[in-house]
Amino acid sequence: MVNKKRLVAGLLIALAIAALLSPFASPNPDGLEKVAEDKGFLHLAEGVELIKAWMPDYVFPGIASEPLATSLAGFTGTLLVFGFVYSFGVILARRRKTPVSGQAGHRRK
Amino acid sequence: MHIPDGFLTPGVWAGASVLSAGALAGAVAKTRETLQDRQVPTLGVAAAFIFAAQMINFPVAGGTSGHLLGGALAAILLGPWNAFLVMTTVLTIQCLFFSDGGLTALGANVLNMAVIAPWVAYVMARLFKGTEGNKAIRSAAIFFASWSSVMAAALACTVEIALSGSVPWQVALPAMAGWHALIGIGEGLITTVVVAFVRQHWSLPQGVSFGE
Repeated sequence: MVNKKRLVAGLLIALAIAALLSPFASPNPDGLEKVAEDKGFLHLAEGVELIKAWMPDYVFPGIASEPLATSLAGFTGTLLVFGFVYSFGVILARRRKTPVSGQAGHRRK
Repeated sequence: MHIPDGFLTPGVWAGASVLSAGALAGAVAKTRETLQDRQVPTLGVAAAFIFAAQMINFPVAGGTSGHLLGGALAAILLGPWNAFLVMTTVLTIQCLFFSDGGLTALGANVLNMAVIAPWVAYVMARLFKGTEGNKAIRSAAIFFASWSSVMAAALACTVEIALSGSVPWQVALPAMAGWHALIGIGEGLITTVVVAFVRQHWSLPQGVSFGE
């Protein structure tokens, strides 16, 4: 079993990356955005967004400092992702309460 | 390569969404059968890491950046079905909370990054089955599988935007393939390092089935 300490360490690493490294990420467009810019179809995406997100472009609302807003958005998003996947996982795993082989966990399917 | 609203026509995004919904049904059925309680936190941590790593754009040539996609990482560590759930949750949260990827394009983004990327990486990595003892070959296999996963996702993305008539495919294909061949190198390096680190420190094989 992956022990608790290691899982907590893993989550802390993820949170640290999201909170501490994200302000230093390259602001350049990614591959698809660059192609859309160069080949003249980026305008197709302008003003047509269907929903107004809580933290658009990874900027936490109401924070004056941009690096801090990015950092907070990263931290919040990482926790959200962990929470959602954990919840879905619990729901999906609930169906099978009877592990066939006890502690021997290396399942092959 | 999160596709925003506006790049895809209804026919294309609806078609991609149907395919992704099929994959979702398959992944739910499969994980209901195989996922164990004690594996669940590991999935959560993997997803958290991939979300965080996707935020860290690294510069590639010519004023362009890339970031880890994570489909290969998830597939190699968790198997393709768990990878689907992890990647789909990441993409959905990015879309709903961060406007990263459009709502209409979510099905296409899931198809590219949660279905195609993990499966390509998984199949590629399996081609090297039996070479686990050789560290150099194993690292090269993971690098190659990861690079291929980015290229495959980029090609699928190109097909979708070209089918939508947003850009002619003769124009889009060389540009998309060129940039993502570079971005894929970053994917390969990060995935190789992280897989080695996780396998050394987390002893995952006992916790999560790798689909090996």
